[in-house]
Parts: sequence; C-alpha cells; structure tokens
Amino acid sequence: MVSDMLTSSLSIAGPEFILTIGAMVLLMVGVFMGGKSAQLVTALSVALLIIAALWLVFVAPEGVAFGGSIVSDSFASFMKILVLIGSAAAIVMSAGYAESERFNRFEFPVLIVLSTLGMLVMVSAGDLISLYMGLELQSLAIYVLAAINRESVRSTEAGLKYFVLGALSSGMLLYGASMIYGFTGQIELTAIAETLTAGERSLGLLVGLVFLLAGLAFKISAVPFHMWTPDVYEGAPTPITALLAGAPKIAAMALLVRFAMEGFLPVVVDWQQVIIFISIASMGFGAFAAIGQKNIKRLMAYSSIGHMGYALVGLAAANMEGVRGVALYMAIYLATTLGTFAVILSMRRDDGPADQIEDLAGLSKTNPVMATFLTIMMLSLAGLPPLAGFFAKYFVFMAAVEAGLYALAVIGVLASVVGLYYYLRIVKLMWFDEEAKPFLPAPIELKLVLWVAGLFVFPIYLFVGGPVFAAAGEAAQSFF
Amino acid sequence: MYQIIVLLPLAGFLIAGLAGNTIGAKASEYITSSFLVVAAILSWIGFLTFDADEPMAPITMLQWMQSGGLDVAWALKIDRLTLVMLVVVNTVSALVHIYSIGYMHHDPHRPRFFAYLSLFTFAMLMLVTADNLVQMFFGWEGVGLASYLLIGFWYKKPSANAAAMKAFIVNRVGDFGFILGIFGVFAIFQSVNLDTIFAGAADVASRMGEAGGEGAEAAAEGAANMGDVVLNFAGYSLTMGGAITCVCLLLLLGAMGKSAQLGLHTWLPDAMEGPTPVSALIHAATMVTAGVFMLARMSPIFELSHTALTVVTFVGASTAIFAATVGLVQNDIKRVIAYSTCSQLGYMFVALGVGAYSVAIFHLFTHAFFKALLFLGAGSVIHAVSDEQDMRRMGGLRKHIPVTYWTMIIGTLALTGFPFTAGYFSKDAVIEAAYVGHNAFALYGWGLTVIAALLTSFYSWRLIFLTFHGKPRASADVMHHVHESPSVMIVPLFFLAAGAILAGLLFEHEFVGDAYEHFWGASLFTSAENHVLHDLHEVAFGVAIIPTVMMAVGFALAYYFYIANPAMPKQLSQTHRGLYKFFLNKWYFDELYDFLFVRSSKWIGRTLWKTGDGRIIDGLGPDGVSARVIDVTNRVVKLQTGYLYHYAFAMLIGVAALVTWMMIGGIS
Repeated sequence: MVSDMLTSSLSIAGPEFILTIGAMVLLMVGVFMGGKSAQLVTALSVALLIIAALWLVFVAPEGVAFGGSIVSDSFASFMKILVLIGSAAAIVMSAGYAESERFNRFEFPVLIVLSTLGMLVMVSAGDLISLYMGLELQSLAIYVLAAINRESVRSTEAGLKYFVLGALSSGMLLYGASMIYGFTGQIELTAIAETLTAGERSLGLLVGLVFLLAGLAFKISAVPFHMWTPDVYEGAPTPITALLAGAPKIAAMALLVRFAMEGFLPVVVDWQQVIIFISIASMGFGAFAAIGQKNIKRLMAYSSIGHMGYALVGLAAANMEGVRGVALYMAIYLATTLGTFAVILSMRRDDGPADQIEDLAGLSKTNPVMATFLTIMMLSLAGLPPLAGFFAKYFVFMAAVEAGLYALAVIGVLASVVGLYYYLRIVKLMWFDEEAKPFLPAPIELKLVLWVAGLFVFPIYLFVGGPVFAAAGEAAQSFF
Repeated sequence: MYQIIVLLPLAGFLIAGLAGNTIGAKASEYITSSFLVVAAILSWIGFLTFDADEPMAPITMLQWMQSGGLDVAWALKIDRLTLVMLVVVNTVSALVHIYSIGYMHHDPHRPRFFAYLSLFTFAMLMLVTADNLVQMFFGWEGVGLASYLLIGFWYKKPSANAAAMKAFIVNRVGDFGFILGIFGVFAIFQSVNLDTIFAGAADVASRMGEAGGEGAEAAAEGAANMGDVVLNFAGYSLTMGGAITCVCLLLLLGAMGKSAQLGLHTWLPDAMEGPTPVSALIHAATMVTAGVFMLARMSPIFELSHTALTVVTFVGASTAIFAATVGLVQNDIKRVIAYSTCSQLGYMFVALGVGAYSVAIFHLFTHAFFKALLFLGAGSVIHAVSDEQDMRRMGGLRKHIPVTYWTMIIGTLALTGFPFTAGYFSKDAVIEAAYVGHNAFALYGWGLTVIAALLTSFYSWRLIFLTFHGKPRASADVMHHVHESPSVMIVPLFFLAAGAILAGLLFEHEFVGDAYEHFWGASLFTSAENHVLHDLHEVAFGVAIIPTVMMAVGFALAYYFYIANPAMPKQLSQTHRGLYKFFLNKWYFDELYDFLFVRSSKWIGRTLWKTGDGRIIDGLGPDGVSARVIDVTNRVVKLQTGYLYHYAFAMLIGVAALVTWMMIGGIS
C-alpha cells in the first residue's frame, strides 16, 4: 500500500526527481573531474533540463503526490516547461560569458539546475510546506549565483542585497503561512479552501494572506516589493540576470496563481484588492521609472516589474480567461525576455561587456540583424500588433474587462502607452542615431537563442498562436 | 472615339508627369501637344457629325460607387452642349500646348508644366462630359486643383503662391455651395444622374402646370402634393418650389466661384501670376466658363425657378459693369484682359438669367477664341519686352512685332463687337436677350450690359493704344531686344484669329438662329413660356444697333484719350480722384474681404493655434503629459537610493499599508 503510493508519487514528481538525482550526479562529475569539467557539466545540465521537459511532455503525469504536497496538473506542466526552457536558455547563454569573465566553474550550471528544481517544486506546491521549501531552494541557489563573480564588487553587492531582502521576505511569508495555519488549521491549499468555504473568514487570516502575498510579490518583484530588482539585475552577471528575469518569475507567478486560485478562491474579494493594487503600482512604476534609465539591464528590470503588473491583471480577473491570460503572458514574456537578453549578452567590445543603452546607437548600421531582432523584441514588449506581445496584453486586458475591472484595463493600456516611449527610444537609437563602436561578433549560442526567440515573437507566433493559446487554456482549466 | 478624347489628356498627363524627367522636356512637350491635337481634331469631327435628333446613350466607362439609392458611374454624356465644350476645350488647349512650347522655352520645369496642362484638360473634359453631378464635381475640383498648381507654377515667387492659395480658397466657398446644391438635388430627386434629375424636373414642371398657377412658386403652393416638405435647409422647411429655388441658388453660388462672378471674383485677377498660356487656357477660355456651362446644363431645373434666374441676371449684370469699370484703369496688360474676362462672364450670366441659354453658350464659344487670342497675344508681347507686364512701360511696339499687333487687333475687334466678327453676333445677342427678357432684373441687365459694351470698347482700345502706339516707354535696352515671337507661338494665334473672325458668322444660325432646335436637341431646356430666343430676333433696329454704337463711341473715346490727347487721362484721374482710386483699387473688394474675412479668420486661426492648440491641447496634452511623465520619472528614480534599509523600509511600509487596508476592508 505504502509502496504503491510511493511509486505513483515518484512518477508524478518525475521531473523533480530527475533534476534532484541529476544535480547530485553532476556535482560528483564536477568534483571528481576538477576544474576542467565546467564545459561538460554545462552541456550535461542543459541535457538534464531537456530530459525533464521531455518527461513532462510525453509522460505528463497528473495527480497528487506525497499526500497533497506535490500537485501535478496541466497548469503545472505548462508552467514547468516554461521554467525549464528559461533555465536551459540561461545556461546556454552563460557558456561563453562565464568563460570570458572567468567564473566558468562547474558549480555554476549545477546551481542553476538546483534553483530550477526549487522552481518546479514551487509550481507544483500543494501545501504551505512545499511552497516554502521550493521557494527557499530556488532562492538560495540564486543568492549564490548573483554573487558568483567574486571579483566584481557589484556582483557581490547584488548577491548580498538580494539575500538580505530575500530573507526579510521569507520571514514575512513564513509569518503569513503560520497565521493562515493558525486560523484555518490546514496547510494543504485545497483543505484551506474547504475550511474557508465552510467557515467565516477572520481578520487574522486576512493578515496572514497579505503577509504571504507580500512574500510572493517579492519574488515576482511587484511594487512595493520590487526594490531589489534594479540593483540585482544590474549587479549580477548578465546570464544570471537573464535567468532571474525569466524562470524564477514564471515559477513565482505560477505559485501565486495556484495559491490564490486553489487555496483562497472563497475569499477572492479580499485578495483581489491586493492584487489589483500591486498590479496597478507595478504597471505604473515600471512604465515611469524605466524612462529615466541609462543602463539596459536596469531598464529591463523596470520593464519586468511592469510586465509582472500586466500579468497580474489577469490574476486580478480571477476567472478562467484571466488565468489563461497569465499563462499565455508568461510564455510570451519568457520568449521576448530571452531574446532581449541574448542581445544584451552580445553587447561586447574589446574592452569587455557594454551595458549602456547608448552603446546600442546606430546598431542598424553595424549589425542590422541584431538591430532588427531587438526592434522586434522591444516592440513586442511594448505590445504592438502583430507581434506576440500584443496578444499577451490583449488577453489579460480582455479578461479584466470580462470580470468588470474596466478601470484596471484602462490603466493597463495607459501604462503601456507610457511604456512604449522607452522601448521606442531604444528603437530610435538603433535606427536613427550616429553609430557607436561596433560590437564583437556574437557567439553561436547567443545567435541561436536570439533567432529562435526572435522568430517566435514574429512571425512564428502568428502561426502557432492558436495551439499555444489552447495549451494555456487547458492549463487554466486545472482550477475550474 | 469619345473615350479617346477624354483619355488622351490623361495619358499625356501620366506620361509627362511620371516619366517627364526621364524622357526629357522635348518629348514631354511633343507627346502632350500631339495628344491634344488629336483630341481636338476628334472633337471637331464629333461636333460636326453629331445629329441632335438621334440622342446618344451615355457611354459608361466605369462603375464608380453604389450605396443605397446612390448610383454613380463614370459615364460620358454626349450631346450638343458637351460637344460644344469639347470643341472649345480641346481646341484652345491644343493651341495653348503648342504655344507653350515656345513661351516656356527657357523654363527648366517644362515636363511638369505640360503635365499640369494635360491634367487640367482631362479634368475639364471630365467636367463637361459628366453624366452625373458627382462626376461633374470631380472634374470641377480637378480643374480647381490644376488651376491651383498652374497659378503657383513658379512656386518660388511668393506672390504666385499667394495667388494660388487665394484662388483655391475663394473657390472653396463656391464649391461648398455647389456640393450643398448636389446634396439638395439628391434630396429632391433621389438621384445625381442628370437624366433622372431632368426627368424629375419635367415631372415637377408638369405638375406645376396642372396646378394652374402662373408662376412656378405660386403653383407649388397651390397643389396639394406639391405642398409637402421636400427639403430642410438652414432651419427652413421648403416645399418643392422653394426647394428648387434653394438648390438653384446653391448651384449658382458654385458657378459664381468658378466663373469669378461679383463677390467671388477676387481670385481671378490675382491668378494672372501664373504663366500667360495658363491664363489663356484656364482663366479665359475654359475653366472660368465652367460655371456658365453648369448653369446651362442644369437649365431644366433653373427653368422651374424664376427667382433663381432673376438672381442670376442680377449677378451677371453687376459683374459685367463692375469688371468693366475696374478694367478701365488697370495698368497690367494681363489684368486688363482678366477683368475683361470677368466682365464677359457677367454677360453670359445675364443671358442665362433671362433664359437664353443657347446665347450664353454661344458667347462662351466665341469668347473662348477671341479671349484666348488676346491672352496669347499679350503673352507674345510680354515675351517680346523681356517679361514686362506694365503697359506704362510699353508703347510703340507696333512696328517691332507686327504679327502680334494685327492678331491682337483682330481679338479686340471681336471682343468689342465689330460688325461680323465673332463678338458682334454673340454679344449683341446677349444684350438683345436681356432687352426682351421678362424677369425683374432683365432691364437692369440690359442697361448695364449696354454701358459695359461702351466700357469694353474703351479699355480694349486703351490696351492696344498704350501697348502698340505712341512713343516707346520701355528702356532702350529692352527695346533693343524686342523681337517677334517664334512661329510655334505665332501659328496658334492665326488659328485663334480665324476663330475670332469666323466663329460668329459660321455658327450663329445654329447656336441662336433658326436651326436652333435641330442643333441643340434636348441638351438645353426651355420651358413653354420661354420665348426669349424667338423674341430677340424681332427687336427693333434702334435697339439692335445700340451695342455697335457703343462700340464706336468707346473706340472714339479711347482714341481721343490715348492718341489725340495723351495728357487727358492724367487730368481726368486728378479731377475725379475719388472715382479713379475707387476703380483702381477694384472697388476695394480685396480690402473689404481682407478686413472681414482674411483678418478675422487669421485671428481665429492664430488664436486656435497659439492658445487652443499650443497652450491648451499641447500644454495639457502632449507637452504637458510628457513633462509630467519626466517629473514622475525623476521622482520615482530618486526612490531607488541603493540603500538596503530604504528597500526594506519600502517593503514593510507596503505590507503595513496593505494590512491596514485589509483590516478596514475586513471589518466592513
């Protein structure tokens, strides 16, 4: 009986186990092979992530494992695949960079794999314990990664800031979790929902809810829990920024959606207000603060703050269309972000990496292909049709309108108008300004990511948009 | 054949306009000119072989738009009226094209010039062949556009640009009336197709007849089914009679704009800023007569409204006398002819107003020849004296450019109505028609046109005497260069001179004489009570001779003033200083308009621009918003201090705020 349960649990939590065991093996490989193993471990980590993704696609187990701690449904599969793509792309893009910046140790990819494992647990978290466990595993690995370039002061500063603030947010989250447990007597999300349906909601529970949401909002860097984002994005090694902007955000957003929709749907009116607030704050802050930036990584930080705000519009709607919108938004956001970071990583001159927006001036003359792709990315982030980014925004705003949240949708549209400005500024810089010194030729792996992501955003999305949309819809169906 | 006539100028325009720079100026000139010559020859063939007793169905070229009851096609309506216009337009246009080869010889932008000329011709042909009002409006606007482009052809000259804009804007007023008129016609007859409209108008006429009333309006009020409101305009609910008058007046407004009638005439003299061949083609022979053509074309409707016809007479007679008085004192050779054109258009309107449509068209026909001749002659003079246009600096040119002199003499004789020249037949017919006309302003029209005939003769001969006779007043250097124009410019003058002499003699019988009905067929409509054409042949000899007497008196006066006693004009202008100034300043129309419209609309424009757009819209809109965005951005960026404790503080404030909110919300 117990062994039956264990077998099915192991199968349901297959990707997590693949990554756990794989990470251990890679660690051994690295330890025994020594300093020269970095390249091999990097390749193997990517392979590992791909295997986990294939498992999700072809085995696609559904059900509940370990007494409700791990939930696997179509929503989890959808989000996990995005997470794995994001992590794998980050590792691929880091290969050349780590070498040139001399932090190409084998721990680097292994830490990303471990962090990814944490993310998978987050996406599948069925109770408050696995929620916290996944979150911490993911975070701890990233704290180290952010500070991995020990010779760089800024990298160290970034890691430290992220760690201290992360600890604070974890504290809040745990405090909130304990209050929720205290007032409902449950840790399992479905059980919490049942209790809430049956009984009255108490003030203590709501306080706990706010604290927990604050902890999660920190992870997706939503205003006012976003303060770490620009500094960490700027200070961390660029491949880590690329990772930070992609996979952990998706995992945290998935966790937030699951937490809200599965555990707290009965008190939707309460958390909806919180989500609306941080959504508006994030959209507005992201749009306005980005205008003043000179560093492209900081700019992407504010851009990602804004985009989390847009995604939260879908969650605020708290209906099937909304969740579908969130899932779709994250998929398109991931592709666009990866493409953009592929360009940022390609910004290298003889004297090292360049990360000022000014460095992009006249890129259309020195490197028209890259300029074209970055233009597509920027316009997609701004949400111009017919690029993928437009559809992402369109569906979350439509969900908000259907839920009657007209003001939220209007504010979202206005914020994206303001946001258009700083995206267009980059486009203008590339196409109309005097050319700056050309960059070194980009390595093959960055070109690969750039081409795939760029072509996906336009025009491939126009053709595969239907199936992606359907998959997101199926994922959203898990909660209804 | 008619399709070719219409499409040849379009082809010429496209070739010279699009490929002009590639194929070169010479090729552009020859292509457009030869196309127009072919079109002119075909027009004459059509004109001479047409039989009005066998009406032709409209030739449909293209379905244009179809929406509800609106059905508009690009179709050519071929009847006598169209053919007269085709002949006039294509003949003059072809001659002007050829003439321009010589006249524009030194201009670097010749392909553009010839493209515009052909574009104008195409638009004009669209106008005159229109089988519906929308197509006519297309042509109407097309000629307006071409006129604008050609007046401003020398776009580096500020005065040319100003004149082009003035022409365009003043025409806008008329065009607005025209388009309202088209709307009105559609509201009344549910169609813009001329045939349908005319059938409807005939129906209305017969119903008015049944009602038994004398005047159309009275009848309209009497009949029960005529009493229904058919049109609401400017707050008035109009029954059929009133509605038709209203529509006619709106159409008249359109015609006044295009044909430079009093009130909307101010653009025409300024339009002389354009190259002289343009003045000959557009501002003398063809475009400005579009208003006359349109009113003649709409004669079935105008015949239903005595009020409108009376207004037409009044406008025409007033314009005729106004322009003639101004023409007396102008010094610019082209402006004199321009005011003369304006005055002659007034004659045509008088003829239209008294119901003598064929007389109006006849005068249009002859006028096209002699006025184009005068303009091209003037161009030849200007060409000869190194682009001088002021007659005070000419004189004594007769010996140097004899061919131009003699052709100008022929044009002047025709214009003043010397016996058996073209003007003699048509102008006298107009004056006689006014004499026998029945409406309230017919006598007014007769009186003024007779006086205007005197003035016409005076200013025409004044022009000749000042330019060609007396002592040379130009500088010796200019006189040294005076030369006769090349034959490419002279030959068109011969053709036009032939027309100016013979057009009346050859066609009087058909246009206004006994062959009238057979000649025109159904293209011009006159109601059963309209006997003007019949009556004008029976006026007393004493009346018929008056215009000729006036012509002689005008010539004598001009001779006395400028040949026999050259000091006289100066004296006269000083003794009657007020009147002289009044005429010289064109009755102060420009000043009045400047005060009433130009300055006030400039003020409105300035206010809307500076205050409305600049301060309010830009200030609160783009500029204000972007400034606020920067402000917000600067503040927001300052929040990001880099200090860890600030960040932690922000997070805690956030949580505290949210918890407080939930507590307040949670309690309620």
